[in-house]
Amino acid sequence: MSNVVSALQGVSADGYVEVQEMGLQGMLTLRGDLSMAKLAKAVKAAVGVEMPKQRKINLNGQTGAAWMSPDELLLIMPHAQATATAAKLTKALGKTHSLVANVSDARVVFTLSGKGAREVVAKLAPVDMQALKKGEIRRSRMAQVPAAFWLSGKDEITIVAFRSVATYVFDLLANAAAPGGEVDAY
Amino acid sequence: MLILECPYCGVKAEETELHAGGEAHLTRHATGSTDDELKFYLFQRKNPKGVHFERWRHVNGCGKWFHAARCTMTLEVFGTYSAQTFEPPKALLSSIKAKRPDWQAT
Ligand SMILES: [Zn+2]
Repeated sequence: MSNVVSALQGVSADGYVEVQEMGLQGMLTLRGDLSMAKLAKAVKAAVGVEMPKQRKINLNGQTGAAWMSPDELLLIMPHAQATATAAKLTKALGKTHSLVANVSDARVVFTLSGKGAREVVAKLAPVDMQALKKGEIRRSRMAQVPAAFWLSGKDEITIVAFRSVATYVFDLLANAAAPGGEVDAY
Repeated sequence: MLILECPYCGVKAEETELHAGGEAHLTRHATGSTDDELKFYLFQRKNPKGVHFERWRHVNGCGKWFHAARCTMTLEVFGTYSAQTFEPPKALLSSIKAKRPDWQAT
């Protein structure tokens, strides 16, 4: 069995905001009609949270579900549980028109911590970061690549991007968070 | 800068989050069509100065295609609407008509 590692193996950068790669994270993509009761029930059984409403993310400890589009959810769980959760979900959905894909190793997760976390994201994404509410997930871009992020704590933002651009995203974040780059916009 | 509200995720998306898809409500002529129909489908566009209906994709976002009505000259946005339609919603057409009395839908 090969040794599973995350894209940047926990690299971090200390700026006026701290950038940290979060290591392995279990993630499933679920596609289907999110308005169906059967999907909501299967999601609840798989990750223990209610079906998120438009642009919302429901987290319960280490598991959760995020609304990605009217027919797509991102399900979150510990990395070691992803394969089993995917199998359970596929079985629960049966013949319901849907797709479950384990995308854990196709993604990279970063957190930004510090007072200027919103500001660092605002430098890179065309998003009104002052308006972003707790419990909301925002899909957008960071410079030239897609990224999704949410407020995961006081002065903390979690960012999900594609693994293939992990180094690019880390460099972007580390640069935007570098000492001396404070804007004090918020 | 152009800002369009995506009807699927509700985000007020700035232009760089979007991908332009050209003129909306084209009839897709394919196999069995005449040369003229195919020519119009492939190449002929209205390209108006003024009110225009377009397809856009929320590419750095929810990924969905949608429709938008805007003015090509002033960049005024009249509204956005679902992709699952062959024509603009009646309410949108009347609000455009109210703003631009000289405009004729073709
Ligand atoms: Zn959208």
